[in-house]
Amino acid sequence: MADNNDFNAVEPHLSKDMDITNVPVEKIGHTGPKGFFTQLQGFWVTFATMFKKVNTVQYPEVKEPTAERFHGRHQLNRHEDGLEKCIGCELCAWACPADAIYVEGADNTPDNQMSPGERYGKVYQINYLRCVFCGLCIEACPTRALTMTNEYELADSTRGKLIFEKDDLLGPLRAGMLAPPHPMYPDMTDTNYYNGDVKSSHPSQEQK
Amino acid sequence: MTTAEILANDPGWLIAVKGLFVFVVCVLLTLMSVWGERRIVARMQMRLGPNRVGKFGLVQALADGVKLALKEDLIPAAADKIVFVIAPIISATTAFMAFAVIPLTGPVNLFGQATVMQLTDLPVGVLYVLAVASVGVYGIVLAGWSSGSTYPLLGGLRSSAQVISYEIAMGLSLVAVFIYSGSMSTSEIVAAQQDTWWYGLVLFPSFVIYAISMVGETNRAPFDLAEAEGELVGGFHTEYSSLKFALFFLAEYINIIAVSALATTLFLGGYHAIPGLGFTELWLGGWFTLIWFFLKVILFFFIFVWLRGTLPRLRYDQFMQFGWKVLIPASLIWILVVATLRVISQNGASRPATFAFAGVVVLIVMAISTGFDRSKQKRMNQTYPEASAPSFPVPSLPINSTTINVSERGGDRG
Ligand code: SF4
Ligand code: SF4
Repeated sequence: MADNNDFNAVEPHLSKDMDITNVPVEKIGHTGPKGFFTQLQGFWVTFATMFKKVNTVQYPEVKEPTAERFHGRHQLNRHEDGLEKCIGCELCAWACPADAIYVEGADNTPDNQMSPGERYGKVYQINYLRCVFCGLCIEACPTRALTMTNEYELADSTRGKLIFEKDDLLGPLRAGMLAPPHPMYPDMTDTNYYNGDVKSSHPSQEQK
Repeated sequence: MTTAEILANDPGWLIAVKGLFVFVVCVLLTLMSVWGERRIVARMQMRLGPNRVGKFGLVQALADGVKLALKEDLIPAAADKIVFVIAPIISATTAFMAFAVIPLTGPVNLFGQATVMQLTDLPVGVLYVLAVASVGVYGIVLAGWSSGSTYPLLGGLRSSAQVISYEIAMGLSLVAVFIYSGSMSTSEIVAAQQDTWWYGLVLFPSFVIYAISMVGETNRAPFDLAEAEGELVGGFHTEYSSLKFALFFLAEYINIIAVSALATTLFLGGYHAIPGLGFTELWLGGWFTLIWFFLKVILFFFIFVWLRGTLPRLRYDQFMQFGWKVLIPASLIWILVVATLRVISQNGASRPATFAFAGVVVLIVMAISTGFDRSKQKRMNQTYPEASAPSFPVPSLPINSTTINVSERGGDRG
């Protein structure tokens, strides 16, 4: 447009060439079936495709890696010293559009410290018959306790088996982690945990 | 000796053996063609198709059949029980019956008995095949009607309309063959093709019309309106399960093979070798003709699969229009031409006269089709009359937007 301030400027593609109320049909473009030989091209497409490389993956034998950020089974993560990240806030359950998550929180006590801070998730269930793998729960989680893995082989033979409990969802204990319950890292607050200041467990955290 | 004379000498046990042979061949071909179709269509869609059960998935169809047989057999409460049970039986038996008059080989030696692999040779063999095929449609119609449910009924109705329309075209396309060969017996038509060229070339229009209508006749894509998974959830066999469903399945595939076999017999020289390879017919004591026969049938079967892999299903009205307004008039005109040519040559007209007649016909056809094209072009070039201003008040258009340069923007339309 030459002059943006001029409301009456003629747009380049709107010239007075043709009156819209009187357009010859062939100018609009050919509608209806194409010519006979054009249609025959379709047969060539299918015939030629027979000799192309197939896209099939021989699934149970060959497993191709998923896309990097594929939404698979959930995982409940741990802090570096083994305490659980989940604080039982239920935000994930409230975010879930399919009502697939059930959370019951409980208070941490000095002899039963599951997560840093006051609360931990006592019961944590995800019903994979309901989950649509939208990932809204992951977005809702304030502590990054809940993330998704790439695991997609989730079929099973009964309904009960598809309700995953906390044990099924918790991430593994890696080197330097201690199985909870155990006390928090000495001189560290839950804020330190949150900021990632705890890099490993401390010998004093070992119980008994 | 003609085929009929050879067959007249068949002892009873030989007829039984042949009956068994035809039955086994039909069932085996069905199993193989189900597998073949799934593999070929899969390749056309860049897939592999069944490859798990047996080598290359070869016994997949058998496994499916066994699974079907072991499934629970349901009869809906609203169904008409007797008809519901009879319908698949009608479909399957008539499908097998068509094979009785198809000559599978030339003269061969079977257990020391000179014979041909053809169960029987009727003087009206081709009519018999047509008749049996029409009875087979009863299976579909009755199945749809007796299921006591809406989709099957619609499927059954469609199927009856479809078969009525396409059987006419099919029958008419065969008339030219009868006129040309002077016989309705399958074996004699095969023999007559040895004297001239294959009728697929001589009577090319008939061949094309037959090929189209045989797809319509067998309810196959793109003419599978009676089943139409997308809209009728399987059509006439929606309510069927277990062995009864398997019978319909069997019938469908045998029908495909039967119409292919008839096409082979009538238009591609039957069991004879392709021209130039006639000496092969003597190999294996004549049994090599069986291989030629099945090669041709498999060719047709491949075309069936190819069509299915390529074309979308027709809309019902398009399908009917095509049958009644294109196929039937075209075959009527073609029969007139063939009959006239035949009479001219039988009355001893000279070759130039025959060719002159053919030339005149070609000219007329060309003139008519050019006329059609012209009028179509005219309609395309027609301009829409200027729209009169509406009588009700309308908001005024923003300035300059009443004109659009169509020639610049037309590319992305239509
Ligand atoms: S992925 Fe979506 S559906 Fe599944 S649990 Fe999370 S929020 Fe619910
Ligand atoms: S997983 Fe996250 S959102 Fe869900 S209860 Fe635990 S801390 Fe809260």
